[in-house]
Amino acid sequence: MIRITRRAALAGAAAALAAPATIRAQSAPVKVGVILPTSGVLAVPGQASRRGIDLGARMIAEAGGPRMEVIHADTASRPENGRVAAERLIREGCTVLVGAWDSGTTISAAQAAEPARIPLVVNIASAPQITEQGFSMVFRNFTPANVLIRNAVERIREFGQITGELPRTAVLLHVNDTFGTSIAQAVSALWTQLGIPIQIVETLSYAVTARDLSAEVARAKAANPELLMPVTRVNDAILIVREMVRQDFVPKAIIGPGSPGPYEKAFTDAVGRFGDEYMVCVPWHNPRNPRTAEVLQRFAREYPNERFELNVGFSFEAMEIVADAIRRAGSGDPAALHAALRTTDIQDHIMYGGPIRFDEKGQNNNIGGVMLQNQNQEPKVVGPAEVAEARAIYPLTPFRNRR
Amino acid sequence: MDLVAGVIANGVLMGAVYALIAFGLTIIFGVMRVVNFAHGEMVVIGMYAGYFLWAAFDTHPLAAVLPAAALLFLIGYLLQFHLVQHFLARPAHVQFILFIALALVITGAHLVAFGPNPRGIFSLASFEVYRIGGLRLDAVRSQAAAAALLIVALLWAFLRASRLGRAIRAAADNRTGAAVVGIRIRHVYAVTAGIGMACAGAAGALVAPLFDTHPFLAPEFTLIAFITVILGGIGSLPGALLGGLLIGVAEAAAALVLSPSMKSVLSYGLLILVMLARPQGIIGSPEGQR
Amino acid sequence: MRRGAIAVAAFSGLLALGPLVLDGYLLSLLALAFAFAFFGAAWNLMMGFAGMLSIGHGLYIGIGGYTVAVLLVTFGVSPWAGLPLAGLLCAGLGAAIAWTGFRFAVRGVYFALLTLAAAELARILFEHWPFVGGTGGFFLPALPPGNVPLLTLRGGPEFFYFAFLLLLTAALVLTLAIRHSRMGYRLMAIREDEDAARASGVPVLRMRIAAAALSGGMTGIGGGLFALMNGSLFPNTMMGVAISIEIMIAPIVGGLGTVFGPAIGALFVMPVHELSEHLAQEAGVFGLNTLIYGLLVLLVVLFLPAGIGPSVARLLRGRR
Repeated sequence: MIRITRRAALAGAAAALAAPATIRAQSAPVKVGVILPTSGVLAVPGQASRRGIDLGARMIAEAGGPRMEVIHADTASRPENGRVAAERLIREGCTVLVGAWDSGTTISAAQAAEPARIPLVVNIASAPQITEQGFSMVFRNFTPANVLIRNAVERIREFGQITGELPRTAVLLHVNDTFGTSIAQAVSALWTQLGIPIQIVETLSYAVTARDLSAEVARAKAANPELLMPVTRVNDAILIVREMVRQDFVPKAIIGPGSPGPYEKAFTDAVGRFGDEYMVCVPWHNPRNPRTAEVLQRFAREYPNERFELNVGFSFEAMEIVADAIRRAGSGDPAALHAALRTTDIQDHIMYGGPIRFDEKGQNNNIGGVMLQNQNQEPKVVGPAEVAEARAIYPLTPFRNRR
Repeated sequence: MDLVAGVIANGVLMGAVYALIAFGLTIIFGVMRVVNFAHGEMVVIGMYAGYFLWAAFDTHPLAAVLPAAALLFLIGYLLQFHLVQHFLARPAHVQFILFIALALVITGAHLVAFGPNPRGIFSLASFEVYRIGGLRLDAVRSQAAAAALLIVALLWAFLRASRLGRAIRAAADNRTGAAVVGIRIRHVYAVTAGIGMACAGAAGALVAPLFDTHPFLAPEFTLIAFITVILGGIGSLPGALLGGLLIGVAEAAAALVLSPSMKSVLSYGLLILVMLARPQGIIGSPEGQR
Repeated sequence: MRRGAIAVAAFSGLLALGPLVLDGYLLSLLALAFAFAFFGAAWNLMMGFAGMLSIGHGLYIGIGGYTVAVLLVTFGVSPWAGLPLAGLLCAGLGAAIAWTGFRFAVRGVYFALLTLAAAELARILFEHWPFVGGTGGFFLPALPPGNVPLLTLRGGPEFFYFAFLLLLTAALVLTLAIRHSRMGYRLMAIREDEDAARASGVPVLRMRIAAAALSGGMTGIGGGLFALMNGSLFPNTMMGVAISIEIMIAPIVGGLGTVFGPAIGALFVMPVHELSEHLAQEAGVFGLNTLIYGLLVLLVVLFLPAGIGPSVARLLRGRR
């Protein structure tokens, strides 16, 4: 694994000499503190996020971006460490923070960032409350659960237009953790309001530590839905697919609204072709953007055994947002960075959606959502049409025909 | 009807595997009066053994059981002989912290060595089912349950019939008495710990194709083993079997009736009920209690 | 007793000067260490003195935390009222569990599992209770710019440093007083031999309930302040098995059943956490921190069987 070192960040400084005057005026590199759960139970997404941060820092430095020194802090997946990590990074001279993947840690870090007047760019954290608590230092470039569901519903509607029909009944099967609960609440609040003609006949939740989902899948099958909507993490997505194969449960489609899991490499490695045609509606990189292709190639070269998914993508983009703010602020002064972040307006960026702008609460409302479908064990964008890279397969090929 | 029958049948199959895990915990407690709070970590070591054997040689999942059990036997023997032995006379909370520290070390080592990513075994065998009438039984789970029951039965016979087995039981009944009649107590203890942890390792290899292996699975296994052991009666081997089946079926039934995410409520509820009403466990003897 | 009092005064007096020389990072790190020292001291009252092993103290942290947070956010009740209420509620819970354990003669490992089961049941309940946000979590609003920490009981690193130091000092004083009181001797008699204690007329049930109520109540208050410090609450992180186990490590490492054990343990454990985390980041090896932490705890258990505090004290005495 390639590490971002202070030396690597400094190496970028040489390139910066060729850059515009505002950057050259910058005397010392701006210290960027990154808070992530790289060990403990959230280590999988935490380490994926770190790859995005590291790659972003390297590519920005090589492109002659502002000089940045990335300092990492691990929370060991314990929320109370968010505050301590933020305080430590602030002490080490960081004037902008990035983090912290999970909602509890993000709030904890925000408690330290707020009085210190140090901006916190949230790479990932989906609890709607984060931007509703009145923090003035928080900037979130990730979709809260309700927006995830709005986007997902939009994609499902379009999907119906492409295939000519929509499933009529659905079962929502969700993991009972912070994320799964937010999604389930958003679904129940928005589903009828957005007028989607799919009737949710049953909602089932299972514990995040569930070892065995045979009973859950059996209950979902018994409800005989045309659509299964699993909201999962990666382990349980694997368990669900295995059970569906064994129980020969073949709905017309599997669509996870806002759900992580199936696009991860661990999933496609574990269930192979039985995981094909599984769809999720998530924020994702824009495959049609030439810059995205460049970043993907670079990622594939540096991390040949990993996949570029949304944890990597949004962490990469968080670094771009920070670099952009430093460039416009012309210094690493936190107040100037805060002012610059407020007026962020990035048109060309790798994640699908409109320009990156933050509203008065610090939320970027322009993040789009795509529909992904696993095809040949790779997640492919199948909607919306403007960024699609493959045609959706519908209805689901029965598992027994895939052996 | 098929739904209920299928779910309950799956519960029974899982219960057999829980029983094997609990069997290991209870034999260690029964003989040495030590509660292995790192038992789940031993299961995870077994799972990694199963995974890597499959990854390297593409073996059938069941083929990993013996190597995993042997590995954990060795670990258990050495741990007991060189480390835990010195803690036998210490108070329970010191033993507790010892095992918590061991658990942390094992989890940390797994994370350092293998990373946090879940490792899944992808083989067509893991999607097979047996059909009995309308009932669909998952093949891997059925084989795992059968193997678990076979191991439990073999161990049972070993403890009853063999010289070493009788020595272990003698040591469980009366430590000083066993020493007087010339049983090398330290060796017997180490063998017992080895057997107990080998049960965990074998169970780990059995479940590796069912649950994807990652470093943080362990506490769940430890908890389920505890509940199983208390239900059946601490130190009681048939109790572990009964407890395992009971928990398997109870959780399956709860997933049908309640919201599945609440199914552990039933396990904990049962646990409290048994502790209050029948602390020696459902078929344990009162001396099993401390 | 007098020497103990002098030691407590010196300990707290010295640490009270901390903010003069320490920055926000060290203050918040120490605040966290004090928090765990306080939880450890409360747990120690039950285990170290009364011999009741609780591996479910997360129950009180969680219930205390949620009580304070829900009262504040949902009902607008100040933590000044919320904290004592949390303490009372958790004292009641502690008493109820101790009574249940006693009534049904649940002892030793069984009692430990009873506390664990109670905590896990509460966690699962909270995870399914929409009123407290379920697994979605419960969030406190950000502090307004003109916040007065003494009014809201929320603030920056200095505030929580002093708040937890104050709680810890109170716990040390209380532990010291109990240790040298009739209650303390009775508790220790129960710990050593319950049947003998009963035979010599110790009211075992009353003593056990008192210890558990005191321990639960203190932990509840600490949990309330812990929630105010974190700003968000999740059933899993506030009352899961992980936090229950975490708070036991400091008192055992520091010296079980001693006055200063929990504080010494926490002040040892917290820097170890932080340094090993730093080392792991520098080396780029994730998980190294867990490994180092586990190895250090193992070393302490192996070579300082009574805990750091008593071993150091013996060393000092030996030199004299």
